[in-house]
Amino acid sequence: MHKILIVGEHDGKNLNPATAKCVHCAAGISGGEITIVVLGADTAAVAGQAAAIAGVKSVLRVDRPENQHPLAAIFAPQLVALATDFTHIFGPSTSFGKDLMPRVAALLGVPQVSDLMAVEGSHRFKRPTYAGNAIVTVEAEPARKLVATVRVASFEAAKGGGSATVESKSLSVALPSHTRYIGAKTGSTDRPDLQTAKRVVSGGRALGSAENFKLLFSFADKIGAAVGASRAAVDAGYAPNEMQVGQTGKIISPDIYIAIGISGAIQHLTGIKDARTIVAINKDGEAPIFEVADVGLVGDLFQIVPEFERLVGG
Amino acid sequence: MQKIMVCIKRVVDYNVRIRVKPDGTGVMLDGVKMSINPFDEIALEEALRIKERGTNIEVVAVSIGVTDTQQQLRTALAMGADRAILVQTDAAVEPLTAAQIFLALAKKENPDLIFLGKQAIDDDANQTGQMLAAIWDRPQATYASKVEIAAGKASVTREIDAGLETIEVDLPAVVTVDLRLNEPRYVKLPDIMKAKKKPLDVTSLDALGVSAGVLLKVIKTEPPPQRQKGVMVKDVAELVDVLKKKGLI
Repeated sequence: MHKILIVGEHDGKNLNPATAKCVHCAAGISGGEITIVVLGADTAAVAGQAAAIAGVKSVLRVDRPENQHPLAAIFAPQLVALATDFTHIFGPSTSFGKDLMPRVAALLGVPQVSDLMAVEGSHRFKRPTYAGNAIVTVEAEPARKLVATVRVASFEAAKGGGSATVESKSLSVALPSHTRYIGAKTGSTDRPDLQTAKRVVSGGRALGSAENFKLLFSFADKIGAAVGASRAAVDAGYAPNEMQVGQTGKIISPDIYIAIGISGAIQHLTGIKDARTIVAINKDGEAPIFEVADVGLVGDLFQIVPEFERLVGG
Repeated sequence: MQKIMVCIKRVVDYNVRIRVKPDGTGVMLDGVKMSINPFDEIALEEALRIKERGTNIEVVAVSIGVTDTQQQLRTALAMGADRAILVQTDAAVEPLTAAQIFLALAKKENPDLIFLGKQAIDDDANQTGQMLAAIWDRPQATYASKVEIAAGKASVTREIDAGLETIEVDLPAVVTVDLRLNEPRYVKLPDIMKAKKKPLDVTSLDALGVSAGVLLKVIKTEPPPQRQKGVMVKDVAELVDVLKKKGLI
């Protein structure tokens, strides 16, 4: 019997869709029983959302004022206390999970499987290395607890309609005071979330300026897409860091990815390999992006994008 | 602030096209160019900038690996580190073991700050800094894009999925760095000459009392599935047509 604890990611109001993807991943372990834990100042709303994910047996709420912000140093000791009852502890491979889970693993004295992309057995998994150019199958010792981050682009979200029990846990764990949350600057947007969007329009250095990125935003809004960017475009200041797609940015799996003025460095391709359809628009016909594109068009993006926008739905 | 430790890893250079061995036992490494992990280079650069802004701050570059890892440590010394330590081993070192080794070094060196890259571009694990902070029982600030040090504290701006977040941590602390923290300097020839005279100590796992066991067994290594070659279209009208037929727009 495998008892799997999934660390739910949320912003206090909404459960991040990455959580339901972790559930789908965990459901691949046969004979597993899935619990989601949400830590926060008041997790009533997000615990309700977690309980509605199909396949989840129970939801644990750990509410205390110190859990207002997801600080790894604060969350990790609480998860270690909870881990006693579980064989597997999973978190999403998002900036939240990547920060937190190794701290949990080290406190437990166990290794971590990062970016779990396929379940081959209760303790055997596939994960990418070398920017996705070498996939390794790893096996952990079943006698030890298993900590992993789940590569969310590899899994669909588990469906809704579940009715898990919800239980409040009070943990008597001493928390450190050496780490303090100061503030955040997040891009507020009405556009779909880049990590979960079905459609993504993404721009590269060829856009030439932050001003020109508006061309992409306009087009994206027309087709209901999220907007991403290559590292080159982010480094050049054309787009904020949260828009970066690639090995060190976001790994995404939309139905359609439209790469505009992106040459296709291997580190960028790592982030889009799971897209169902890749469309590339670039003035250089030799650009590596065309090697992975399902549909390619060579030409000037400044002419193509406005015309594209006019022809879809117009 | 007196001492900063920077952990660097020797990895396959980021420009090398990785090929998996046909027998599935790993990737081809023979004769391949090796470099400092790019994120660790950014970590070292940040340590050097803090050193240059302050007074009497020592920067110690440390690494774990084969004898040839001395090359990467010499590069770190040429960039400006004051001294280096190599924990020499031919064993494959997993992140938890690396964290235990760095902890042993931290206990000897007592640094105020430990910098690491947020991940190594070979195993892409993104674990060592967090694990080190955990077992050192100190704060962690991962994915740093800005680091400010004042009065025994570090204010660190972090790149997170939603944008940027700022946290404050008490020193000593572990900071892992992201791409946009700085642009590492180029090494000049006179610095390479000078680096040859800087101390580079070699120690061992045994001397540090750490054993490198296999925690995660690698069963096989394989190349990723390849995408099918696509079609080229001649204009936007044809592009829209293709996508409509696929039901994508």
